[in-house]
Amino acid sequence: MLLFSLILHAVCGVVALVAGRRLGRYVWLVGAAAPAATILWLVANSSRAASADGVVARMEWVPSLGLALDLRLDAFSALMMVLISGVGVLVYAYGWQYFGHAHRGGQAAGLLTLFAGSMLGVVVADNLLALYLFWELTSITSYLLIGLDDDDPDARSAAQHALLVTGFGGLTMLGGLVVLGQQAGTFRISEIVAAPPSGSATSVALVLILVGAFTKSAQYPFHSWLPGAMVAPTPISAYLHSAAMVKAGVYLVARLAPAFAEEAVWRPLVLSVGLITMVAGGLRALRPADLKQLLALGTISQLGFLVVLFGIGRPEATAAGCALILAHGLFKAALFMVVGIVDHETHTRDIDQLPILGRGWGMTRAVGLGSAASMAALPPLAGFVAKEKAYAALVDGSTVDRLTLAGIVIGSVLTVAYSLRLGYALVRPDIVSSRRSARPEADHAPGPWFILPGAVLALGSVVLGLVPALWSGLVDQAALALDPASGAHLELWHGFSLPLVLSLVTLAGGVTLFALRRSVAGVQERTAFPLTGTRVYEASVRGTLELAARVTSVVQSGSLPIYAAVILSTAAIAPVVALVTGRWWNGWPEVIGKPAHIPIATILLAGCVAATLARRRFAAAILLGVVGYGMALFFVVQGAPDLALTQFAIETLSVVAFLLVFRVLPDRFERRAPAVRRSARLAVSATVGIFVMLMAIVASGWRTEPSVSREMSERALPDGDGRNVVNVILVDIRGLDTLGEITVLATGGIGIVALARAGRGLRRSGATRQRRMPAEQEVVAT
Amino acid sequence: MIRRSLILDTTVRMVFDGILVLSVYLLFAGHNQPGGGFVGGLVASAALALRYIAGGFDEVRSTLRFRPWTLLSAGLLLAVGTALVPMLFGRAALNQHALEWNIIVLGKVKATSATVFDTGVYLVVVGFVLMIFEGLGDDPDDARRDLHGEVS
Repeated sequence: MLLFSLILHAVCGVVALVAGRRLGRYVWLVGAAAPAATILWLVANSSRAASADGVVARMEWVPSLGLALDLRLDAFSALMMVLISGVGVLVYAYGWQYFGHAHRGGQAAGLLTLFAGSMLGVVVADNLLALYLFWELTSITSYLLIGLDDDDPDARSAAQHALLVTGFGGLTMLGGLVVLGQQAGTFRISEIVAAPPSGSATSVALVLILVGAFTKSAQYPFHSWLPGAMVAPTPISAYLHSAAMVKAGVYLVARLAPAFAEEAVWRPLVLSVGLITMVAGGLRALRPADLKQLLALGTISQLGFLVVLFGIGRPEATAAGCALILAHGLFKAALFMVVGIVDHETHTRDIDQLPILGRGWGMTRAVGLGSAASMAALPPLAGFVAKEKAYAALVDGSTVDRLTLAGIVIGSVLTVAYSLRLGYALVRPDIVSSRRSARPEADHAPGPWFILPGAVLALGSVVLGLVPALWSGLVDQAALALDPASGAHLELWHGFSLPLVLSLVTLAGGVTLFALRRSVAGVQERTAFPLTGTRVYEASVRGTLELAARVTSVVQSGSLPIYAAVILSTAAIAPVVALVTGRWWNGWPEVIGKPAHIPIATILLAGCVAATLARRRFAAAILLGVVGYGMALFFVVQGAPDLALTQFAIETLSVVAFLLVFRVLPDRFERRAPAVRRSARLAVSATVGIFVMLMAIVASGWRTEPSVSREMSERALPDGDGRNVVNVILVDIRGLDTLGEITVLATGGIGIVALARAGRGLRRSGATRQRRMPAEQEVVAT
Repeated sequence: MIRRSLILDTTVRMVFDGILVLSVYLLFAGHNQPGGGFVGGLVASAALALRYIAGGFDEVRSTLRFRPWTLLSAGLLLAVGTALVPMLFGRAALNQHALEWNIIVLGKVKATSATVFDTGVYLVVVGFVLMIFEGLGDDPDDARRDLHGEVS
């Protein structure tokens, strides 16, 4: 069924893409079918998913390489599935309203379904390489979704930014996954986590994998793509950039942490990156006037929080992470939906422009405020339950745990502050804006169906907060699946304890920070860090392009003599290494075999010498032909009629091909080349000539293994049904080689035509006219 | 119009068919005697080259109904197809298969899958050489302008 679900996503996605225009808005039903079926299946099979073994599926892929598509659904994957498919279905309902009959709706729905399938693949893959495959598929679908409005250059560049950063991380991660798989001796995640390898190679692998996870989950210093990705339509942001894709990195950290947290590199790296992200993201979320940017930066901060909770590798913290990942999905997706509705109805999401959301906006406002309260961890909401759990998990631990706790509290204070900012923007935007003038009321309100999906999510935040028993089991099982030592018990009321005090401190701190927002903004303005992530990204892209241009201009000089010299001298000098290092001279081979060799050799030599002395290109080509025919004669004498026949035909055609090219070249060779160039050419030719000759003589004197030709001759008739051994070798024994060669031939032919046509186009446009003029004059003169 | 030599023209026409027959003979005989798809293709190309020398690319075009890339891709497709068919029956790629018939007059006729593969090679080679003519040979407009337009 796991496999079926993935295939269903692919099919629904493709159908939605293909038939998008014809289906109109009903395309969202097609798209939603796959996630809806998945979530129904999950509900029906929840007991199996919660069992220790989980649900396992396996499909052989490339058995000879040991590659198989291993899928495994345990309780933690089930938790992610709830997020991906559950929130997914609501996002489709929202997209139905948001896109309406807009012409990109079909594309959006189809791509979202493909994305949902890929994301599902990430969380159920039990093989590192399969995980990587799905991981990259989410990157690609995310790229297409961010760039959905491909007429918009901002959307295109933001999409590219996201793709380059996550793609870079993905490649880095691939390296880490391969090393980890080699170290563990298996690529199955469940086996690796059960018996984790250790050592320095493993440490390197972990660092590489973490880089991938950090880029995907927008951790500092790779966070810069996420705010840019907000150019995507809001349903996409709500899904990819809050609930699903950005959680992929967190998912990977969560999977590996219980096994590898004790590695020396793990905690310092994960905790520092996570805490910096949490605090820096929170600080930056206090600034933007664009509500979507605020949410994006808040998401970065929360992702940092999640990375810390999972990454610290303590059983209790893992359980808290499981709770928070769900709570965050609920409130953040709802908030995105609310901001999307505001944007959709009032055509702005800028705090400085927002009208007062008055009549008819009650429901939207309630959903927004409720979700923001859950984000700020106000009791009795789901966010509060999760954060209490997080505080409680770290309060009794070691020094590291307590320092981490301090960082989390600071981050949470910031979260409260920006949540307040968001809440006020929905109720009284003039208070949090720099523009204090009175606002008009919004002239129309959203329909009730538009807010329904958000309302469902907000209701979830409230109900799960009030009745923690509802999700305690799910979180408990998920944490157990990650770390058998963990035990989670979610509670709304822990009694008067340190975590509660910390929660109160957090709220008080956040409110204070919000009250002092003007002075805080002033301080931030003055101490702004000059090096932003976006600038680093832009500089690195620019640098790469410049480097590429420079390397290209050196390597691809465009000078045919230099290309020829490089290729030929490489071919001549590379074998020298073998000649010099080995015991190389094994005596002269038989110099003259048959009397007939003498006249043939004379022809060959004469042709060669004459070709080098020829003044005209045409004469040189003919003389080369003579050399070729001489070789063919040689084959005839040696009793190789097939070779001779081929050689004759090739030589004939080569001369014709030469003639074709000569029409656009000067008739004669350069008459007075500079002495330096002449001697350089002479040196290259001499080197090539001498070494090729030496190589031929030495190689023919060094047969160590018996020749295979005898066996081939014997097997030609019984195996290949042919008496011409050469032909049987070509079409049967070495048939695949021939297939490869004719493919090369075909590619070469296409290349010739393409190059010639491109050149002709240039000539027509006159770009090369100037360069060709002297040549033509010369032709005329002769 | 490009100047044409009457003698060359006539000679080429006379030998052209003969060379083509020779090339096909080489293709089919190749499995047991000297020859094969590669040489056969080269010989056929040489015949076409003669036509080209005598009458330019127009002459080649009028002789041959197919465009070079059609031949090239048909050949490649044939060869790849022959390689893949045995895999459908669970055997190694390019596995040989021979059929023998006794036909009146001709006697014993043997057809092997290798011949089909070789035909693919033949077509690819002919297509490739035609591609060279197409690419490097004279584009009639271009050549005429090069010869008469600008320089004079």
